[in-house]
Amino acid sequence: MTDRPQASARALDGELLGRLDRRRPGLLVGSLASGALVLVFFYCWGYQIANGIGVTGINRPVFWGFYIINFVFWIGISHAGTLISAILRVTKAEWRRPVTRSAEAITLFALAIGGLFPLIHLGRVTIFYYMIPYPNSRMLWPNFRSPLVWDIAAITTYIIGSALYLFLPLIPDAAVMRDRAAAGLKKRFYAVLALGWRGTSQQWHSLEWGIRILAVAIIPVAVSVHTIVSWDFAMTQTPGWKSTIFGPYFVVGAIFSGIAVLMIAMALLRRGLALDRFLTDRVFNNLGLLFVTMSLVWGYFTFAEHLTVWYSGDLFEKNVHHVLLHGDFAVPFWTMVVVNLVIPVAVLSFPRGRRPLPTALVGCGVLVGMWLERFLIVVPALSTPRLAYSIGDYLPSWVELGIMIGAIGVFACLYFTFTQLLPIVSVWEMREGWRHAAGGGESGRTSGAAPTATAAAPAPGGGGA
Amino acid sequence: MTRWGMAIDLDRCTGCEACVVACAAENNIQTVGEEQAREGRAMHWLRIERYYEGEFPNVRTRFMPVLCQQCGAAPCEPVCPVYATYRNPEGLNAMVYSRCIGTRFCANNCPYTVRVFNWFDAEFPAPLDSQLNPDVSVRPGGVMEKCTFCVQRIQAGKDEAAQEEREVADGEIKTACQQSCPTKAIAFGDLEDPDSEVSRWAESPRAFSLLGDLDTRPGVVYLSGTEWREPAE
Repeated sequence: MTDRPQASARALDGELLGRLDRRRPGLLVGSLASGALVLVFFYCWGYQIANGIGVTGINRPVFWGFYIINFVFWIGISHAGTLISAILRVTKAEWRRPVTRSAEAITLFALAIGGLFPLIHLGRVTIFYYMIPYPNSRMLWPNFRSPLVWDIAAITTYIIGSALYLFLPLIPDAAVMRDRAAAGLKKRFYAVLALGWRGTSQQWHSLEWGIRILAVAIIPVAVSVHTIVSWDFAMTQTPGWKSTIFGPYFVVGAIFSGIAVLMIAMALLRRGLALDRFLTDRVFNNLGLLFVTMSLVWGYFTFAEHLTVWYSGDLFEKNVHHVLLHGDFAVPFWTMVVVNLVIPVAVLSFPRGRRPLPTALVGCGVLVGMWLERFLIVVPALSTPRLAYSIGDYLPSWVELGIMIGAIGVFACLYFTFTQLLPIVSVWEMREGWRHAAGGGESGRTSGAAPTATAAAPAPGGGGA
Repeated sequence: MTRWGMAIDLDRCTGCEACVVACAAENNIQTVGEEQAREGRAMHWLRIERYYEGEFPNVRTRFMPVLCQQCGAAPCEPVCPVYATYRNPEGLNAMVYSRCIGTRFCANNCPYTVRVFNWFDAEFPAPLDSQLNPDVSVRPGGVMEKCTFCVQRIQAGKDEAAQEEREVADGEIKTACQQSCPTKAIAFGDLEDPDSEVSRWAESPRAFSLLGDLDTRPGVVYLSGTEWREPAE
């Protein structure tokens, strides 16, 4: 930590948790605005269910539109958390401590929304469960050869895994909240979440092992999820989609957009909850470096993908390629290249660019760019089918736009609620970091200058007792 | 074993679209109206693709009826998560409407773009409702559909032959498009039977498969005396 904390562990607890008790007008406004968008979301979806999927702009040949684009987009954002936080935990990066909780919350909420989009997309959502392998009188199974069934398995696993991964490190903090709360509904809520946490060394031992196992296990799950999402496209024979690079390309894109949303969320949290003592400039600097690396990797994949397609000379592939680079989709394509590659590299290559405001702004650009990337994967390939007679066009309807904007509201609403209910910075992990730094623990070397006034830090078991 | 197949002689096709109308009438295909058709939601199971060659005034029009190719290795089938489309024992890519949940994955993976989707519930305002074919179910909204090779006619033909305790004779079962074609450009029958009309047509040196290099092994064979440039531009 660059700014030396003068607080004891108890004071630290108080400081972090105290922010939760304070009502901040910004959060309230945010909650109300996002609540309104939640209504928009459900109104539009209800309207679509009542009237038929035809209220969208999709048609033949563009059978997939905004819903699938947003599905891929949100699943991508979900990689903000679990994957990044798991990698940071496994590599024992000290600067993860203030980041992990907010990242893991992003994952869970983005996944919940991303997982909804394929359902919104269905022609007959009322029988979506046909895709789930459940025992039924006709002995009918879903088609395990279909990438959509793989999707369901992957996303379900990922949601369960991320929920656990968010929840486990939350237990000691929930116990602190429980002990601070006055008797009543609030106390009971935290008591349920705390699962009877007493902070015994046995409990700490189990918790640490649980987190360690999950952190390792969740990495292949996270990688597989976005690979499988890419296979929704890559397993087809559709020109512009069938590509062996799509698996890693999607994983990289997902991590890239995940970091983007993490940068924005952290800048907002730092301002909104005045957390600059915890989300230090150093954290932003490190994440900024990771961010620009992902931008370069993404750029490399994009180049490799398009060069091989162009070089192959395959007639149908080249048709798609042409509309992308020079045709109807040239403007979004080159916009994507600028906001995903040119701007991040130009800004984040310099230490001054890796400060909260510029990284957050670059993150906003990358979010737009990565959304465009998914748009450019879905629509041009479909609108340029092999038989030229069917060449088509696509414009979203107000219903699709409403659901897309509404989904952002649902996400914000969930996130605001979470931030108000639970510590968005992991209190016990911060305290543990203090202790490491003070005792010159194994990872103390990565945490910068050792703070001086942490001698009073009790054993980590002090959590909830 | 039977493998139902079709052969279409492009040199005989005049592009009159009688087949398109007959198909819609036979199979209770929804008429979506002008506005929806403009959005690309016309629901023909069979369409006449029109391609122009040459510069005005020396223009030549080519017609190509395109319908579900009933592929032997159909890209639409493996991607369906619920087995709403599958390969039946007689070589048809069958649709199970009641099973379809409307992911539209099959349509995206069809290289011929022949699958059509019910964007809304079908409406047959009077008097159209009185001409609905009782042998064909009306599909609800949110469901994919496509050419079935008039499977209801195949079934009726087989039933009749079974009652009379005989095999189905070649040419006995006619699809609606075939029946209505004024130039007799369409042959339909069993591709496994080497003596059937469709097999003989398929043996023609003029025969080719649409997008043949994809190796989808279509059940539809096209015949053309002049070299058919696959329309790609």
